[in-house]
Amino acid sequence: MSGKPVLHYANIRGRMEPIRWLLAAAGVEFEERILKTKDDLQKLRTDGCLLFQQVPMVEIDGMKMVQTRAILNYIAGKYNLYGKDLKERALIDMYVEGLADLFELIMYHEFKPANEKEKDLANIMDKATNRYLPVFEKVLKDHGHDFLVGNKLSKADVSLLENILWLEELKPDALAKFPLLQSFKARMSNIPSIKKFLQPGSAKKPLIQEKDIPSVIAIFH
Amino acid sequence: MSEKPRLTYINGRGRMESIRWLLAAAGVEFEEIFLQTREQLLKLGQDGSLMFHQLPLVEIDGMKLVQCRAILSYIAGKYNLYGKDLKERALIDMYVEGISDLMQLILMFPFSPPEAKEKNIATISEKATERYFPVFEKVLKQHGQDFLVGNRFSWADVQLMEAILAVEEKVPSVLSGFPQLQAFKTKMSNMPTIKKFLQPGSPRKPPPDENYVATVMKIFKLD
Repeated sequence: MSGKPVLHYANIRGRMEPIRWLLAAAGVEFEERILKTKDDLQKLRTDGCLLFQQVPMVEIDGMKMVQTRAILNYIAGKYNLYGKDLKERALIDMYVEGLADLFELIMYHEFKPANEKEKDLANIMDKATNRYLPVFEKVLKDHGHDFLVGNKLSKADVSLLENILWLEELKPDALAKFPLLQSFKARMSNIPSIKKFLQPGSAKKPLIQEKDIPSVIAIFH
Repeated sequence: MSEKPRLTYINGRGRMESIRWLLAAAGVEFEEIFLQTREQLLKLGQDGSLMFHQLPLVEIDGMKLVQCRAILSYIAGKYNLYGKDLKERALIDMYVEGISDLMQLILMFPFSPPEAKEKNIATISEKATERYFPVFEKVLKQHGQDFLVGNRFSWADVQLMEAILAVEEKVPSVLSGFPQLQAFKTKMSNMPTIKKFLQPGSPRKPPPDENYVATVMKIFKLD
């Protein structure tokens, strides 16, 4: 029996992607059980594996963990990506929660119907460039450190990188006005564990293809 | 200068109520500022007090904290309501996150159109009785302890208590199939700090009414 965490989800980024990112950044190898049909999800439910009948679910350290934030907090705590004390944790949490609001918009964008995509993207870019990215540009400018909190890699940095890269996939010049975020992105991408995750063949999921959307929606509805 | 935490929000439950609950349960007195106009909110944003230009805002220990979960996690950590180790924290986080999905339905309910209200109450009732309450009924039954995690009062207990009372306001008989939760509710109600919070005159806010909805729409400019 492998000691690796086991991730249960559909073959998309969705709510599992931040977890894949954090495990990868922490240098932790994991396995994935891909749900392909609604029956796969139902089986997990009837087997009693899902506390609230939902995925993501991650088997880790003898627990069947659910709820994205709970899972991310556990991984961050276990692998020292959660700051050194309560106050650093509070900062990290604030940053991550703000980014989670942005991520929610980005994540759902994949599933918007074609006639809504343009307006949705404009909304995402508006929020990104006016509400979220300026905060982190300023944080980096004010302290001049490589990482967002406590001069050390934390889950806040991983979350910021994930969101930045996804934004750039949607609009390549998303970081045009944010020079410090550009250098943050370059630095973070060179961290060995993250560099590995960014290479082809890693566990990082691609953007969903239009033809696959109906089968994914069928799993969850 | 007072050292009490200072909460800035509107005069209603909304996204601040869970924070009021947790501070109260921890026996921590706090001050409140109630915004009444959109201009006041915009000014706070311009002052740099609101990291993402949103409320709630809690000033505590020299920090201007925003984002509910960040605020709640800090309070839980500071007042020893977050378990004794990572694994207990994981359990507390799972329970709190599940309950907060249920609370989200309650939070959004006042803003649903009149014709959707009956259906929304049915959804709240169904989710409570089929997805969330059975989990906690089972947890309490299996370990037979008074509290959800680690035989010790935690954030999870406070959040569950808040949710039970909030759902009961909409669905009075919702606990009828859950004897463990009924006993839990009674025990929680009798804890001195919670008992105090449940009395008239406490910082606990009344259920949202039309006035609350109008204030939220005006100040947060939701469309």
